[in-house]
Amino acid sequence: MRYLTDRKRAEGLGSAKSGTLHHWHMMVSAVGLAILIPLFIFTFGGILGAPYEEVVAYYSRPFPALVAGLTILIGLYHFKNGAQIAIEDYTHGIVRKLSIIAVTCFSYGLMATGLYALIRLAL
Amino acid sequence: MADVNRGNRPLSPHLQIYRWQVPMLTSILTRISGNALVVAALLIVWWLLAAATSESYFAVADAVLRSWLGKLVFLGSIWAIWYHFLAGLRHLYYDSGRGLDIPTAEKLGWGCIIGSVVLTLLTVIIL
Repeated sequence: MRYLTDRKRAEGLGSAKSGTLHHWHMMVSAVGLAILIPLFIFTFGGILGAPYEEVVAYYSRPFPALVAGLTILIGLYHFKNGAQIAIEDYTHGIVRKLSIIAVTCFSYGLMATGLYALIRLAL
Repeated sequence: MADVNRGNRPLSPHLQIYRWQVPMLTSILTRISGNALVVAALLIVWWLLAAATSESYFAVADAVLRSWLGKLVFLGSIWAIWYHFLAGLRHLYYDSGRGLDIPTAEKLGWGCIIGSVVLTLLTVIIL
């Protein structure tokens, strides 16, 4: 009879030592994006190509603006975490750290820019 | 004592040793498509910022997005987003502990490849 559970015997044996929460965040944002992405493709895709006044009027409406805002926010959060995993797989040391910092700054910067644009369009 | 054999140990076989299979192809495509989508994200945010700034700035961004190069990027991005979408759903299914046997995993892989092409065509027809 085993006195240790499967989890207890496996815990701490991975090379990374942590990452469960990171994976969970990927799962949660993936579910959110599974809902948002089809909505975004057909709202943004529908208005791309329209004249300036129509675009401004369209993104002043709550539904397209909220879909775009949430897609930018959660999409780039998902990108930040996903790109970080790729960086950790392929790089080491100082390059790894600087790459993760760069991707994080870029992701939050683009997030903020997108939200700023949407707020200005809505007001 | 420190490892005196540093740098002269047997290496584990790298990618090119293996025969390509559906699960490994669909796995790396997930990563490539996900990271490539940042180009579309950058263009879309720039386009929104231009629309929020002025009509003349919007004209510049709109012309870039609707140029042949912009259309090519968006066509690729539509495939990438649908592929990543299906591959992501497959990951969530895997995470529930299901679909991990080889025949099922291969079927799901083909589902992602064929499904993404079908969804891309449908999107292009609708939009």
